[in-house]
Amino acid sequence: MNIAVSDLHFTFASGVAALCGVTLRIDSGERVAIMGRNGSGKSTLVRHFNGLLRPTRGVVTIGDWATHEHSVAQLARRVGYVFQNPDEQICKRRVWDEVAFGAINLGFRGARLHKQVDWALARLGLGSYAGVNPYDLSPSWRRRVAIASVLAMDTEILVLDEPTTGQDARFLAQFGGLLDELRVLGKSVIVVSHDIDFVAEHFARVIVLDEGRILLDGAPEQIFRASEALEMAALQPPQLTRLAQALSLSHCVHTEEEFLRALQTRLAGA
Amino acid sequence: MIRVEGLTYTYPFAGQPALRDVSLTVAAGEFVAIVGANDSGKSTLCYALTGYIPHHFHGAMLGSVQIAGMDSRSTPLAELVTVAGLVFQNPVNQISGARFTVYEEVAFGLENLGAPRAEMAARIDEALALVGLEGVADRSPYALSGGQQQRLALASILTMAPQVLVLDEPTAQLDPLGSRDLFAAIHRLSRRGATIIMAEHKLEWIARFADRVIALAGGQVVLDGAPREVLASPLLEQHAIGRTRFTQVAARARALGLTSSDALLPVTLEEAVDFFRPILPKAINA
Repeated sequence: MNIAVSDLHFTFASGVAALCGVTLRIDSGERVAIMGRNGSGKSTLVRHFNGLLRPTRGVVTIGDWATHEHSVAQLARRVGYVFQNPDEQICKRRVWDEVAFGAINLGFRGARLHKQVDWALARLGLGSYAGVNPYDLSPSWRRRVAIASVLAMDTEILVLDEPTTGQDARFLAQFGGLLDELRVLGKSVIVVSHDIDFVAEHFARVIVLDEGRILLDGAPEQIFRASEALEMAALQPPQLTRLAQALSLSHCVHTEEEFLRALQTRLAGA
Repeated sequence: MIRVEGLTYTYPFAGQPALRDVSLTVAAGEFVAIVGANDSGKSTLCYALTGYIPHHFHGAMLGSVQIAGMDSRSTPLAELVTVAGLVFQNPVNQISGARFTVYEEVAFGLENLGAPRAEMAARIDEALALVGLEGVADRSPYALSGGQQQRLALASILTMAPQVLVLDEPTAQLDPLGSRDLFAAIHRLSRRGATIIMAEHKLEWIARFADRVIALAGGQVVLDGAPREVLASPLLEQHAIGRTRFTQVAARARALGLTSSDALLPVTLEEAVDFFRPILPKAINA
């Protein structure tokens, strides 16, 4: 299912213009990271994908639905949305019920519901916490619950607003594995993130926003070479890209494998 | 400036302690980073170093914490906060809700301290500039993005110029260069004499700016030393803290036999360049 955004403008009631003419298309099954400085419009943009915000001007369509013609409840069938702050979405007293909540709202029942919920719990390492009250968990574990509850809704499109913020290496490894699995399942995944090293390793496309407009949109190897534009957006290239550049090894290395390959090639040529 | 002795703390209704037998001292003017996996005790230590434990969180506390010579248990929180300021992890928890603009919010703490009016404006402007919020001083605190709210929480504490500044993941929601700038600003404060204790995940900036790193795991101190010693340690992998890509790729290059150097693994870009440069053939036009 495609997302099409056409000349999207959004102005808050306070008069602050957050998006000023964004046009983009995200195809079915794409993995897209949205980056940019604080206040650049990242969250505002993705909140249009599930109808939490409606365009001031322009159109957002999810498949054949224009978001302004459908309710948030309808759009929830197509787009799962994980909030930046998990406490904005948690409402139940047991982790299992919380993770099942969205799926039940979508009409899932019985064996299908159990299968989806248990799968989502397992994917987030929550299997042994099913009976716990989400509020007895620490914030980092509540974030896992929030992700699992959206995962259980089995939507074609998943949007996660800063899922990696404040998370440790164990979570990042697990979440990276989940992204790989979602790719195999053909889901579209859109993530807002500041963690460019993580993005470099897991995303095939990066969109950089600046002051409510698209500054860069392309494959990581193209984006990470545009160091001046990145600087404008308060970003800097991934650690390994910078290291490979400083060593004159390569201009577009961004994973450990690529770095080691470039290093070995250079050593073999000596 | 800070002395912690045999600190064990258990939250009410918790099965096990969040901190176990932690002892450490922090000298005046030191910039100490605390690293650890989620739930390793970082936030709890931040609360204990500022008196929120035991005054605000009522659990079971064993051992003692001295802040600038004051015992945290016997000194009221109102007195401790004049010396040691805490920037909370979730900035929304820190917004007073009693002020309409960012500027007024930053002034709120100062007003409560009874700072002279003439001095207030200068301190507020300085704090807003330091965190890069000059442009949004007239907005409502609630109309800010998550990252901007985090900067606001820091500015509010900075105006009070505490001798000890404790920060719980202050850059979690900041964009990358915003994080770097905040680390640099904190570093400048420490060079002016402030004592800084900062729980953080961003190892690249810790490596560059902190004087010392303490690693926590399961509520205990597992490593305590210079940034390069601590951050290059394989123990960090074991405790789910992770390491920088510079360290990781250097470790893999060594395991592959691409370098026979037994030097400490690099933790910053500069150290990584120094690590790899000697094994590369001399470039003709590097």
